[in-house]
Amino acid sequence: MAEYPTPTTEQEFAANFAQIKPLMSNTEALYESSRCLFCFDAPCIKACPSGIDIPQFIRQINSGNTTGAAKTIYEANYFGNACGKVCPTEVLCEGACVYNLNEQKPIEIGRLQSHATRKVIDSGKQLFAPGAANGRKVAVIGAGPAGISAACELRALGYEVDVFEARAQPSGLTLYGVAPYKITNAETLAEMDYLQMQFGYRVHYNQRIGSREELAALEEAYDAIFLGIGLGATNALLLPGEERQNCVGAVEFIEQLRIGHEQVQVGRKVVVLGGGNTAMDAASESARMGAQDVVLAYRRGKDEMGAYEFEYDLAKAVGVKGLFNVAPVEIVGNGKVEGVRFIRTATVDGQVQVVPGSEFVEPCDMVIKATGQAKQTHFLHLIPGLQLDGKGRIVADARTGQTTNPKYFASGDALNGGAEVVNAAAEAKQTARGIHAFLSGN
Amino acid sequence: MPDLSINFAGIKSPNPFWLASAPPTNSGYQVMKAFDAGWGGAVWKTLGVPVVNVSSRYGGVNYRDKRLIGFNNIELISDRPLADNLREIEEVKKRFPNHAVIASLMVQSRQEWHDIVRDVQNAGSDGIELNFGCPHGMCERGMGSAVGQEPEVLRTIVEWVMEVARIPVIVKLTPNISDITEPARAARAGGADAISLINTIQSIVGVDLDRFAPYPIVDGQGSNGGYCGPAVKPIALNMVKNCAQDPDVRLPISGIGGIENWRDAAEHILLGASSVQVCTAAMHFGFGIIREMTAGLEQYMTEKGFNTIYDFVGKALPNVRHWEDLNLKYKVTASINEDKCIGCQLCYTACEDGAHQAIRLQEGTRTPAIIEENCVGCNLCSLVCPVEECITMERRDDGTQHLTWKERTEANDIPVTFNDERAGGLHHWVPEPSAALGKERHKTLPGKARALGSPEDAVAKTASDVVS
Ligand SMILES: Cc1cc2nc3c(=O)[nH]c(=O)nc-3n(C[C@H](O)[C@H](O)[C@H](O)COP(=O)(O)OP(=O)(O)OC[C@H]3O[C@@H](n4cnc5c(N)ncnc54)[C@H](O)[C@@H]3O)c2cc1C
Ligand SMILES: Cc1cc2nc3c(=O)[nH]c(=O)nc-3n(C[C@H](O)[C@H](O)[C@H](O)COP(=O)(O)O)c2cc1C
Ligand code: SF4
Ligand code: SF4
Ligand code: SF4
Repeated sequence: MAEYPTPTTEQEFAANFAQIKPLMSNTEALYESSRCLFCFDAPCIKACPSGIDIPQFIRQINSGNTTGAAKTIYEANYFGNACGKVCPTEVLCEGACVYNLNEQKPIEIGRLQSHATRKVIDSGKQLFAPGAANGRKVAVIGAGPAGISAACELRALGYEVDVFEARAQPSGLTLYGVAPYKITNAETLAEMDYLQMQFGYRVHYNQRIGSREELAALEEAYDAIFLGIGLGATNALLLPGEERQNCVGAVEFIEQLRIGHEQVQVGRKVVVLGGGNTAMDAASESARMGAQDVVLAYRRGKDEMGAYEFEYDLAKAVGVKGLFNVAPVEIVGNGKVEGVRFIRTATVDGQVQVVPGSEFVEPCDMVIKATGQAKQTHFLHLIPGLQLDGKGRIVADARTGQTTNPKYFASGDALNGGAEVVNAAAEAKQTARGIHAFLSGN
Repeated sequence: MPDLSINFAGIKSPNPFWLASAPPTNSGYQVMKAFDAGWGGAVWKTLGVPVVNVSSRYGGVNYRDKRLIGFNNIELISDRPLADNLREIEEVKKRFPNHAVIASLMVQSRQEWHDIVRDVQNAGSDGIELNFGCPHGMCERGMGSAVGQEPEVLRTIVEWVMEVARIPVIVKLTPNISDITEPARAARAGGADAISLINTIQSIVGVDLDRFAPYPIVDGQGSNGGYCGPAVKPIALNMVKNCAQDPDVRLPISGIGGIENWRDAAEHILLGASSVQVCTAAMHFGFGIIREMTAGLEQYMTEKGFNTIYDFVGKALPNVRHWEDLNLKYKVTASINEDKCIGCQLCYTACEDGAHQAIRLQEGTRTPAIIEENCVGCNLCSLVCPVEECITMERRDDGTQHLTWKERTEANDIPVTFNDERAGGLHHWVPEPSAALGKERHKTLPGKARALGSPEDAVAKTASDVVS
């Protein structure tokens, strides 16, 4: 393999993680926007979880009103720039574009969206402003897509907003989780600055809300509390040897990668456990960090992987190899990881069963567990009356986002169990209005 | 192999494609290069008393990502001394004896006309074109379209020219006139051998929204210019047809206006042109376009079995009739090919909002359906459909009946009062006006409102409504 040399400088890192949806020039945007048909009741709009009026903003780009285009986008989705780059557009808007049915390339909606929003971000033009102060205050826990979107909408509705964020920077997994070839740190943070500049909410960084006392203080000081806390750490495998050095969780690995870039070390041979999108990302990222071999190991067959097909294609394209129908039984090694003992599996009646006597060891010097993120149940249990469903997701009213503790509202991964940035942004906007309806009594 | 050569009012040319009098024919260098590339003839950039031009001379009309679908200029006639041009004409003719070199002329007095006609004849020109068309700059000096718009003056000048002309004389007409046949007839009356049309159309191609001035901008200001390029072809075709059908014109026509490929040329020829001239396309793409033009025309002629250009000059003219002669019994309706439809619903919204509410949406599919009873056969849906051959217009009458407006008028069977029972749209279904209110509002609302639920509660309460 070794398609990518191990990056040793920021430039080399950027080259290995070249953007798969690079910025469009004005000319490219003009040409691409010219192709849009301006469909009636356009299917792309319906396929966008945030319901952006796509033909409208594309038409605005085409007529030279990029600022108006950005406004159309932001009115529906405060993460408009990030979404254009990180959304799985193949299965959302672009997947629904009518051109697919004519076997023509769909409109590059995501890139057009980022083009328009990026222009307005760079220009610093003021599109929005806080609403007239209504004297009420809302605390937002988590500065991810959900928390920041809620903060923007609440400010627009006239609320005073304080955001409490455990980490040092805003945007949640957009900065700490999404693959670096989808969006750069600078791009992510530029949008965050732009939003804060317009809406003027306060963000308190490095302030994890972690105790009943802290929550009680918020309940006392604020009229409502928005939970945008996302998910937690990678689930433990509960396998022998899991504690060995170089056996890491995918989200933890990716977080380090997003912050440390070329300073992060990967093994020569990496085994990634899992079949979801995070597994695909971790495998691609390992390859781009210079790992010689990357093996993606999954309990079931290739077609049963949860990952989107295009995500698997991205991993394959950088040389990742699939190892299917295997279950890990032990992380072997001596202090450090030296391999993974697998047992072969077969799927019988939809159930994964192990094939006795088929054990083997796949040698490697790094294991990345992409086995899903845990829920923050411990923290959530500190909130009186807050109900979680069987999967640890917050239970809330679908239209207002209000939880079973009426003072608390929720959106994003913590509510939906883990989806995309666009879902968190769309839900939070709606929930902000739910809060408004609750507090203004209509 | 079909024969593309022509003999246009005595001017011989290896093919019907000539460069129009304009910047591409500004010099012997350009004309030689064009002939080398395959052009059959060139009408030299208009000669006269050399002019002084402004800097910043052209403006363009772009449509979406297409550049220069329309083009305008505020340039005048040649700014080079006559002697230089004459010398170069001679040189070109020596090197290309079988190609057509036509000198375009524009001067004022009878004496000037006599002198310049003799000069270009002596230089070896194959023909002369009188530029009575330039719609800016020259007309204010009593030349160009100022002449083309006055049939009497035009005729007088043609007569002056014919007093000394020994080579064919073409009169180039301006389209800036309500009836093009009037100057065409005057040209004939004056003794001209042929006409060419159209010259450029008076225009303003755009206004700069920041500088508040029309394009092209000269030091913050602009002037009306002359419009040409693909956008003017329909106007040119109609004028060519008018001249070709007029029994009092009967002159060979050189078709000009919006020609950029073989297809445009074939259309001009089918409506009566027997040579065609090109300006904008050569300015946009260079002389190389001639290869596609000749190859295309040859292919077309081969497929149609035409041996010479004259086999199809004016071939469409019998089918261009007055409206009152068209068959009112002919009936087409739209038909959607469901297998091809991609569900853009442009046909639906076009017919719903812009035509006759003859297309409906269907449950469970994005493919709309035609309501045949309501379809008047206007073609709109088939014109907006982005998929080839997806909406076709199907003939519904049995072809046995024929009745024209003229015949109905003669038979006293036409609506004559305001509420006449014979109104064409009387028995046509039209929805109640109030049925429009709120219809599909949720589908044309901004996306965010749609995504967030029913239209009622999405309308006024969104944050962006509050802030914007
Ligand atoms: C590896 C990976 C790759 C992904 N790739 C994509 C992608 O390409 N495209 C896409 O659209 N989506 C992607 N996603 C999903 C997307 O990132 C999430 O759906 C989205 O970020 C959810 O937003 P959120 O605001 O609900 O949660 P998060 O983004 O997780 O934000 C939660 C924030 O709350 C903070 N927080 C948590 N608890 C507390 C507390 N107690 N006190 C204070 N602060 C707290 C966290 O530090 C964090 O900043 C990916 C996810 C992962 C894990
Ligand atoms: C820049 C420019 C200069 C022109 N100059 C002349 C001219 O000197 N004499 C003339 O008869 N027509 C002139 N024309 C008109 C062209 O010969 C031609 O009639 C017109 O452009 C329409 O053809 P087209 O659509 O192929 O461009 C000029 C056109 C342009 C664009
Ligand atoms: S479906 Fe495609 S063509 Fe139609 S409006 Fe959306 S982006 Fe444009
Ligand atoms: S032809 Fe005209 S009236 Fe008939 S369906 Fe099409 S748009 Fe409607
Ligand atoms: S315009 Fe054509 S492709 Fe679009 S919905 Fe109508 S029939 Fe289908």
